Amino acid sequence: MPTLSFKQITKRFGSLTANDSITLSLGDSEIMALLGENGAGKTTLMNILFGHYVADEGSIEIDGKTLPSGSTEAAIEAGVGMVHQHFTLADNLTVIENIVLGTESLWRWRHDMTAARRKLIDMSEAYSLTIEPDALVADLSVGERQRVEIMKALYRDARILILDEPTAVLTPQETENLFITLRSLTEKGLSVIFISHKLHEILAISDHVAVLRRGKIVGTIKTVDADRNGLAEMMVGKAVTRPRLESMEPGAPILTISGLSATSSNKLPLLKRIDLTIHAHEIIGIAGVAGNGQAALADVLSGLNRNYSGSLELHNKTLTDAGPSEFVARGIGRIPEDRHARGMIGDMDIWENLISEDLRSKKVSKWKTIIRKKAAIERAEHLIDSYDVRCKGPLAQTKLLSGGNIQKLILARALSPNPDFILANQPVRGLDEGAIAYVHEQLFAARKRGAAILLISEDLDELLSLCDRIAVIYQGKLSSALPTSARTVTELGLMMAGQTIQGSFESERDTSLNSNSEIHAN
Amino acid sequence: MQIELRDHTSLLRAGMAPITAVFATLVICSALIVWAGVPVLEAYALLFKGAFGSSFALKETFTRSIPLMLTGLAVAVAFRSKFYNIGAEGQLYAGALASVYFGTGFIDLPAFLMVPFLLLMGALAGGALLLVPVLLKTKLKVDEVVTTLLLNFVVLLMVSYLIEGPWRDPMAMGWPQSASIIDNGVLPALLAKGRLHAGLIVALLAAVLVWAVMRFTVLGYEIKAVGFNAKAAEFSGINVNKTVVYTALISGGLAGIAGVSEVAGLKGYLTLDLSPGFGYTGVAVAMLARLHPLSVVPAALFLSAIYVGADSMSRAVNIPTYIADVLVGVSVLAILVCVMLTQYKIRFRQ
Repeated sequence: MPTLSFKQITKRFGSLTANDSITLSLGDSEIMALLGENGAGKTTLMNILFGHYVADEGSIEIDGKTLPSGSTEAAIEAGVGMVHQHFTLADNLTVIENIVLGTESLWRWRHDMTAARRKLIDMSEAYSLTIEPDALVADLSVGERQRVEIMKALYRDARILILDEPTAVLTPQETENLFITLRSLTEKGLSVIFISHKLHEILAISDHVAVLRRGKIVGTIKTVDADRNGLAEMMVGKAVTRPRLESMEPGAPILTISGLSATSSNKLPLLKRIDLTIHAHEIIGIAGVAGNGQAALADVLSGLNRNYSGSLELHNKTLTDAGPSEFVARGIGRIPEDRHARGMIGDMDIWENLISEDLRSKKVSKWKTIIRKKAAIERAEHLIDSYDVRCKGPLAQTKLLSGGNIQKLILARALSPNPDFILANQPVRGLDEGAIAYVHEQLFAARKRGAAILLISEDLDELLSLCDRIAVIYQGKLSSALPTSARTVTELGLMMAGQTIQGSFESERDTSLNSNSEIHAN
Repeated sequence: MQIELRDHTSLLRAGMAPITAVFATLVICSALIVWAGVPVLEAYALLFKGAFGSSFALKETFTRSIPLMLTGLAVAVAFRSKFYNIGAEGQLYAGALASVYFGTGFIDLPAFLMVPFLLLMGALAGGALLLVPVLLKTKLKVDEVVTTLLLNFVVLLMVSYLIEGPWRDPMAMGWPQSASIIDNGVLPALLAKGRLHAGLIVALLAAVLVWAVMRFTVLGYEIKAVGFNAKAAEFSGINVNKTVVYTALISGGLAGIAGVSEVAGLKGYLTLDLSPGFGYTGVAVAMLARLHPLSVVPAALFLSAIYVGADSMSRAVNIPTYIADVLVGVSVLAILVCVMLTQYKIRFRQ
């Protein structure tokens, strides 16, 4: 008898069928990978299992017993534990407090942790998960926080563990550690559902793979019988080839960053003396674990943060004290990290969003005051056409578009003025394969015509296949940018974790910079 | 029960929302009327007659809608950029103070100059008053709801001090009121009889002007962009703080004009009961109008009709005038629910 089985689960949101009669089963001590693109229905299915949504049709059985629908309590009671992609931990509490949170009655007289502590210590021995119960969550690394999330599920006696895109925030080495943990958990009889769109991880960890596409199961296969290309084709529905980098001689220097430092509003260092020169016909990648200064670097290079020291030069002319509009006017194209929060204004129409960066230019407004709507709509029609945006037209509301089409609009706005320098911050995060290939093609086209491109990404595979040179950012310091051919995944992974490798982070290690890691060591 | 987003909102459904809301309000409030022991239909008939039933009633309804249109516009503009100005009441009094200061002998111009001059001074006073909260917000991130609301009381106490002290009209037999606006500063009456004055034209022009600014200009675009998504607006190169300051100046200015219009158009002088909360009702007007400048006109007329009609109804039958406040409150809630239902649907399961 399977531990967990989904029987004919169907869930509709209006006209969209997010899950279309999905039948799946998971056995004891098994790791099942759930593979699918964004919007394929993976998260919906897990939310139904966890009681956040109620299925329109179908049922879920755990150990042969039907799980009451729509009840998170029942799911936890039945042994389902979920580790969300975005952690749900309270930073200002300790590990043990976070783990116990929610399991105690609010109507108790005193706060007794002895039993909880004993259970936690037993657990960490049984599953060889080392964790300091009294450490503050704020002081933990991302990998450790994830371990706390897993412990939280185990503390509630989970036997089925769901991990939603667990490796998105991990370095390759941390991912390897997670896999070791997962294997030891399944040896103890736990079952795991591993949600991901990264093929090599799925091939490395799972026992079998269920592939979802547009809400339907398109196939369930044993991992030993699966290969990368076959899975990719099942996931996308057709063979998709990402464009390849043509070799090209770099041209003249376009953007020169020297001695760039920035601090946060509460005076913590974000960037430490960064030096980088990007040439025409060149894509430079910035690798690093999220939160190591990428956002601060992107803010400076988009013109949002003028509060920095050091200098930025575009074509040997300094950019100091210029804001976003001057950046755009001087030939910088910017693709922001969060396309919904920063990139587009969802409540405005498409034509309105496409003029937002040059509102006071002659093309867009008369006397910098009255908007030339007709010209703006013509521009939108032209861009929708040339960037292949699937929409009802320039007057459609932007928030109705899919993520991929919104990203195409952002590309249209940023790239159509043919900027000399392009900042692309996580340009393909959350996009489906077709859209990813499109974004990459556009970046290659810009490189070909002579643009200098800085690509910030957490996905090493993307960086290795797209970039001429790669630099690693760690706690605000940038390593030198070496040619991609001279980099290996292992080496990059170690650098992302802060290890000094010859020719990486400038010689002496600043002590204040490592204050964080010292706390862990204690 | 689950709430789900609709795929699209039909025009019919969007148009029906305010009508349904008005109807729902009347049904809900009928309970109170029954409680007061008056037949519901008779009460509503009296209310309707009191608001629209005679040329006097109509004139009163229109007269009362003038300050509501202006404060409604003030709130609608500010809320559009997510600047929550709850201080239209204070800005109205600031405008009224300006009209008294400049309109009672400071200067005497021909009427065609004097009236616009007073309106301008009132707008500047209202805008200047709102500058305090807006700078506190943009420089120090102080919440504007608190500062604008509390400034209302500051201004009201200031008015009280002035009209009981230095600005008291010596000819007013000791009543706390200011001197009267000079003849050239008075907003002319629109009709031979009744109190309807040229403030109505000012308010209607303001509505059209605000609509045009919001729809056709770069400034209007920026106000909307900042309101919808300030982060994305900033990323695009819009100066968010500057936009909020401009919005506040427009908003405070409109409320200030409402004060001038009440003093120079209706009362002739300033008293402490110049406004029975027009600034606060302006929030209700703006919400009813869904922040659309042109819809502010019918929304203000509707609320004005409720107030005028309820006054008349309470005189005829034994229902306190407070029913008007209840009607206004319920209608705002009803419109919010109805608007939500145009965008979402509720599904009951099992």
